[in-house]
Amino acid sequence: MAKASTKSGAVAERRPALAGREIAAAAVRVAVLPPAERISLRAPAGSVSALSKALGLTLPTKPKTSASKGGRTALWLGPDEWLVIDEAGKSPVADCAPVKALHSAVDISHRNVALAVTGSGAEATLSAGCPQDLSLAVFPVGAATRTILGKVEIVLLRTAPDAFRVECWRSFSDYVFEFLGEAAHDAAA
Amino acid sequence: MLLIRCPYCEEELPELEFRNAGEAHVVRSSHLADVSDQDFEEFFFIRTNPKGIIYERWRHIHGCARFFNAVRDTVSDKFLMTYKAGEPKPLLVSEPAKTAPAKPKAAAKPRSRKGDA
Ligand SMILES: [Zn+2]
Repeated sequence: MAKASTKSGAVAERRPALAGREIAAAAVRVAVLPPAERISLRAPAGSVSALSKALGLTLPTKPKTSASKGGRTALWLGPDEWLVIDEAGKSPVADCAPVKALHSAVDISHRNVALAVTGSGAEATLSAGCPQDLSLAVFPVGAATRTILGKVEIVLLRTAPDAFRVECWRSFSDYVFEFLGEAAHDAAA
Repeated sequence: MLLIRCPYCEEELPELEFRNAGEAHVVRSSHLADVSDQDFEEFFFIRTNPKGIIYERWRHIHGCARFFNAVRDTVSDKFLMTYKAGEPKPLLVSEPAKTAPAKPKAAAKPRSRKGDA
């Protein structure tokens, strides 16, 4: 296939959003994370244990929390909604498929782009556009939430005291990246 | 920034994450075809629009995405309490400004009261 298209001159090239871009400010680094498998999972309380078993981690049921195991992270987004991210190359949608309990698992792997915001100025960088209190006491490591950054919706996960994962929709990724770039230089102190 | 307590997230969160969704406790008839034009007009168009305490639907659209209900004072723009969708209309606040000063705790602790729909 690839050879044939090369011959005809029409080469299909996959170009991920923000490919190769990076911001390195004095106290913050913003990097594009590699592609991951993602699902939007909706399920009532009665299905949580069966889905947890299938996914190999305990789906969090408390607001603003997440659970992580073996390269897979489940983020509580709402009372019956989770974002499951798999960075180990396994498919969460395939794992949910045999579950008989009522649920909806939609593959949204390519809908989102993830950015890592790291460094001593990471919190200040995000606070430039996120109205939530991101101090370590209120938004500890493992805390996850859907919220706002500037004018767009993001999902935010704190992976370490000075590291965050920002998930945004692909079409907003350019805005988010530029916004964080501006904020990163302000947060240099 | 105004902070609004989401009863599902169990936390006060910034207003930017929320969206107003009109008056609460407007009941849609289960036999809409049988409703007279006048009653339908009232259900569909007429809202109380009070100066003072209003019961509203709000949505935590950029958070847990849930609809919930709130009691708000349209004069002070203050949220007096919020409660989950489907819970009965609370009758907690009777003109707080005029009589005794409103208890500050009333806003922080939502309490559902069963029985009054
Ligand atoms: Zn909420």
